[in-house]
Amino acid sequence: MDLNDTPELAEYRLKVRAWLDEHKADAPEGGGSQHEDVAVIAARRAWQGELTKGGLNGITWPADYGGQGLGPLHQVVANQEISRAGVPGILDIIGVGMLGPTIIAHGSEDQKERYLPPMLSGEEVWCQLFSEPAAGSDLAAVQARARKEDDGSWRLSGQKVWTTNAQFAQYGLLLARTDADLPKHKGLTMFVVPMDAEGVTVRPLRQISGDAHFNEVFLDDVQLEPNSEVGPVDGGWGVALTTLMFERITIGLGGEGFGWRADRFGQALARDEHAVADKEVRKRFGAIATDFLALRYTSYRMLSELSKGRIPGPEGGLAKVTTIKAAIEAGELLADTLGPDALSEDEDGWGKLVSDLPGLKSAGGTEEILRNLVGERVLGLPPEPRFDKGVPFSELKAKEREMSPK
Amino acid sequence: MNFTLSEEQEFLREAAQDALSRVKTIEAAREALEGGELPNLWLTACEAGWPGLVVSEEHGGAGLGPIEAMLVFEQMGRVLASVALLGHVPATFVLDAASGQDELIGRLASGETRAAFVPARPPDDQVSSWTVDPVFGSSRAAAPTVSSSGALSGTVGWVPDAPGADVLVVVAVAEDGSPRAVLVEGLAVEETWRYDATRSLGHVVLDGVQGTLLEGVDEQKLTNAFFLEWALLAAESLGATDRALEVALAYSKERFTFGRPIGSYQAVKHMLVEILRLAGNARSLMYYAGWAGNDSPEEFPLAAAAFRLAAGKALDDAGRTQISVHGGIGATWEHDAPLYFRRAQLSRRLLGGTSDAADRVASVLFEQARAAA
Repeated sequence: MDLNDTPELAEYRLKVRAWLDEHKADAPEGGGSQHEDVAVIAARRAWQGELTKGGLNGITWPADYGGQGLGPLHQVVANQEISRAGVPGILDIIGVGMLGPTIIAHGSEDQKERYLPPMLSGEEVWCQLFSEPAAGSDLAAVQARARKEDDGSWRLSGQKVWTTNAQFAQYGLLLARTDADLPKHKGLTMFVVPMDAEGVTVRPLRQISGDAHFNEVFLDDVQLEPNSEVGPVDGGWGVALTTLMFERITIGLGGEGFGWRADRFGQALARDEHAVADKEVRKRFGAIATDFLALRYTSYRMLSELSKGRIPGPEGGLAKVTTIKAAIEAGELLADTLGPDALSEDEDGWGKLVSDLPGLKSAGGTEEILRNLVGERVLGLPPEPRFDKGVPFSELKAKEREMSPK
Repeated sequence: MNFTLSEEQEFLREAAQDALSRVKTIEAAREALEGGELPNLWLTACEAGWPGLVVSEEHGGAGLGPIEAMLVFEQMGRVLASVALLGHVPATFVLDAASGQDELIGRLASGETRAAFVPARPPDDQVSSWTVDPVFGSSRAAAPTVSSSGALSGTVGWVPDAPGADVLVVVAVAEDGSPRAVLVEGLAVEETWRYDATRSLGHVVLDGVQGTLLEGVDEQKLTNAFFLEWALLAAESLGATDRALEVALAYSKERFTFGRPIGSYQAVKHMLVEILRLAGNARSLMYYAGWAGNDSPEEFPLAAAAFRLAAGKALDDAGRTQISVHGGIGATWEHDAPLYFRRAQLSRRLLGGTSDAADRVASVLFEQARAAA
């Protein structure tokens, strides 16, 4: 059990720290919405470019594609130092953390050369066009259709939802159905979609808080040039699984990125001397803080495994369950203790936290489906009976109609 | 960073599992509830070197840290083994620091002599004095007092492994209010037990007892000895949790209802995954406590308290779920599940209980918040 840096990591940390000391004056200030404020977004893109020049971005990407070719622990060191310096990290976490690595694994050489360098520098921001109104946890149920034309180009129609950054992204990685006569997991293909193409409409999706962190994306007979597919035609499910694996790693590395930490909640409660002495408040806070401590050391365990080259399994998703549960309990405790003032939606209030959590519970797949997955893949329990296996996708709708209660 | 067990630690754990597998400890736990005698596992412990785990090598011990002790306790917890180490290990942790006790600590390290720790709860941000568990009720009792000549007075309720111990290491408060370690030899403590017959408990009555004040033991040592006992209890609970999950899991795969294994139903699956989640959190906190015990002793109280709360919750959940998954049969005397349930119920209430562990986590973080403000 050792939390110290190896000599090599210690040296790396000093290097990163020195760069940040020198450049942090150029970093954009905190505040403003990185989802809605145009000036904030522009500044964050420029800062991503600076971080990339300094070698603090694409840390685990291969050197051939502009990365640093280093390991996950280097990434953690860089994250820690960026947070310590009090500057923002990169803007396009989804692109660099999940979509870029997917293109590295499955894309053609042309695609890698064209898309990866501007993705890294922040010149081109990416979004993930996977979920649909009727395909969330059951992602393989996507209905967006892509049809190949005689000249090799594609025609794409459908609707995507929960798309972060779509309103200012230049490209999207999109999962579409290319053969509906195959079973649902078989007839899917992954595409690169230019967000400024004719027929692409982006509409912000406002949430409980009133903020729009996500978008709906409508695709109306969008033309994609030949060779827009990433990986094999009808082999998109395997490509999507790669993205989802990097999603788990990104979430794991992000750790306390939301700023939900035991010490922050403790400081908020400690401003009320009466609350600090209240047995019930102490008991509830102790339990919440214990969950957040467990999350921190669970991420250290995962990182240690990752640094030994082991890929985290679906049980890593249980950290999300604990995070959301503990954060909900923290919001409850703060509001119960501090009264209506705690529900302020200003930056120092807790109203936004309380608003965001019910939806976040289903982010990246619902908690219920995640528990099924862990039960089946990790504990080896038999699956629930399902009726979509081996059935051509085109016949599923009729089957669903047949099964719906009269 | 390397937050995994070393090869030596994995080996220690396997060796412990192996040593304990030679005795039918779970059957013995049931028989003990019916008045049967528990197998004497002290010899097994001595052969494996467990009594001296945290004793330094110069005193004849293994010179290992809290994490290694926790790994052994985890294995003991899995099979509900009754070994009088919960009292012994924290006692040796204290005595190892005392000066002029080399001969005694040598005998404790080999297991020739058995010690028990009579703990006191360190002060926190709300309670400025050292306290102990009362024999009855919810109000904390004052820790025993000790005079400058070593005369003790006071009573400590529900002390694990005190009956039959050759020596007691008592935490008592001196006239100037500072905590002191006091060695008591040959004090007979009557054995009592509640609900879980594998756990030997006793009320230690110290009025008129003459002890020896130990030199060289500072306040941090006594504080961490208390939290070491919490961490060991938590490790035991984590081991029992893992075993309860395995048994429930196996049954959920072989028991069919309405033509399907019950483990295929979401309702059952989700309950089992919940144990996995709680146990995973507790395990991460065990590693945290193990790391802090070696590398960051001032963090050990927070780490051990969080571990205790998480492991206590995990075992409570696992104990109940194990019974539910088995249906009616899980609630019968013949089944092993009730033994794990009994273990969960008592363990959570010993040494101040898991609610005090939650309170301690809050206390440390509130103190940190005040310091940061």
